[in-house]
Amino acid sequence: MELTQEEQRMLDGVYGPGTALAMKIQVAIGEAFQAPRMVPVTRTHVALSNQEADLWFVEKLVAGGAVCRVSPTVNPGFDLEYFQCITTVSPEDEAIIRRTRAAYKAIGATLTYDCTPYLQQNIPRFGEMVSYSESSATPFINSVYGARTNREAAQSALCAAVTGVAPLYGYMLDENRKGQALVRVEADMKSDFDYQMLGYFTPEKIGFRIPVFTGLHNPTPEALMNLGAQLNTGGNVAIYHIVGVTPEARTLEDAFQGSKPEMEVVITNEDLQGMRERLTDQGGKIDFALYGCPHFTIHQVQTVADIVKGKKLAVPLWIMTSSLTKELAARMGLLDTLKAAGGDIVADTCMDQPCWKFLYGKKGITDSPKCAYYTKRRDMQFVITNLEESVEAAIKGEI
Amino acid sequence: MEKTYGCHKISEGKAEGEALFSTDALCFYLVNPETGVVIEKNHCLYGQCISGKILIFPNGKGSSVVQADGMYQLKMKGTEPKAMIIQNPDTTLVASAIIMETPMVDHVDEAFYKEVKNGDTVRVDASCGTLVVEKFKS
Repeated sequence: MELTQEEQRMLDGVYGPGTALAMKIQVAIGEAFQAPRMVPVTRTHVALSNQEADLWFVEKLVAGGAVCRVSPTVNPGFDLEYFQCITTVSPEDEAIIRRTRAAYKAIGATLTYDCTPYLQQNIPRFGEMVSYSESSATPFINSVYGARTNREAAQSALCAAVTGVAPLYGYMLDENRKGQALVRVEADMKSDFDYQMLGYFTPEKIGFRIPVFTGLHNPTPEALMNLGAQLNTGGNVAIYHIVGVTPEARTLEDAFQGSKPEMEVVITNEDLQGMRERLTDQGGKIDFALYGCPHFTIHQVQTVADIVKGKKLAVPLWIMTSSLTKELAARMGLLDTLKAAGGDIVADTCMDQPCWKFLYGKKGITDSPKCAYYTKRRDMQFVITNLEESVEAAIKGEI
Repeated sequence: MEKTYGCHKISEGKAEGEALFSTDALCFYLVNPETGVVIEKNHCLYGQCISGKILIFPNGKGSSVVQADGMYQLKMKGTEPKAMIIQNPDTTLVASAIIMETPMVDHVDEAFYKEVKNGDTVRVDASCGTLVVEKFKS
């Protein structure tokens, strides 16, 4: 790989061992993908996970004196002070979140603790070269904004934040962004939830090819978030095109850059229904409702608040969102409405965190397949259904 | 009898172990770190142990943190695969392998996939770009 003088200086340790390690890792990644050189990145987002590997790596960089040249926004761990009020946080779990916070602060991150930076705080423009990790973020910024990032690991995005550059390959290049499979959606796509199922199901039909969707009209931001997050969970697909909607797909020809699709598939209502049935746990009595994977928008908070207004929830309900959205919800009276019904909003928190230990072995309801997918590790079961139906179930205590 | 196949280095290092093939994509977060056993239902390796194996799979899957978190926990418990041979590298998996210093290669000769079976002993030398398989014993 050809490096600039400054990149070589970073690699040689002029800026300390932390920066040198970050550059060494990026060079290795670049060589693995046969990147000719690095490119400057102007935005970064790190999928902080508050797990052992995450903490080990960021502390290693900090100990080596690394400071970010491009301050990254970061994903949620958990809101320690909130959970200390509603449950018992073990000393080990408290220690790790405190160390995670301290390490990211020391390295110069922008402490948003939010997995939807593309809606608040870190919004790239068309064509901007950036380095994002987080599976709902990379497809959103590639597809909806037309910015350019590879599907970074939390650690490689952190290396990019430290060095201010990333190897040039993959989705950063025009030819790797072109559509590969034509996906004709014949399903009705009545709700944002249908986009969850579409995202999860599509890789089963087309593998890891880049999909070009037709038949999707005026999707909401939430629908686009859902579609991308699930494409990237069910598969590895961090870019998609929707003809007439996303900027690199003004027309079908545009989306395929003049080539023919490698394959063509049709997706129907039955496909999406079948997907839901395979993903979800059995219905019955539920113990809790959990939302916000990815973090809920204010619009989604409003939807839940409208349904529970003046009612009592049979089971506890939490909505995970950013601290900014929580503040907005408080200001709009939505937080009061939720609390009066027995629900709550929790900021800065991910579902895949040890703060939820008190729900292990219990059965929940959610609208997110991604939430259910990763919590298999944590012995939480989930019924998955659309948002409105799931909130109704939380009012009844069963589905 | 030995046979050598060419490959391309992704993450440097050398390792020797038994081949274990997966036809499905792999997410290291859905492997039990205590035992190295795959816990993802409907996965072709469900219930099988990947510890100490030369793991051969088409590609990784899962979000941007789970590969590194999963691999790190396996490494801490000593239940990680010794090396990985893949067909379609993605950044998340590649970065995780490099950071965790697990040898990984791609662009393996076609013949490897036809001739090598589960349980064959494979010597991976990522840095030299070779896979040496001891088999064809009969």
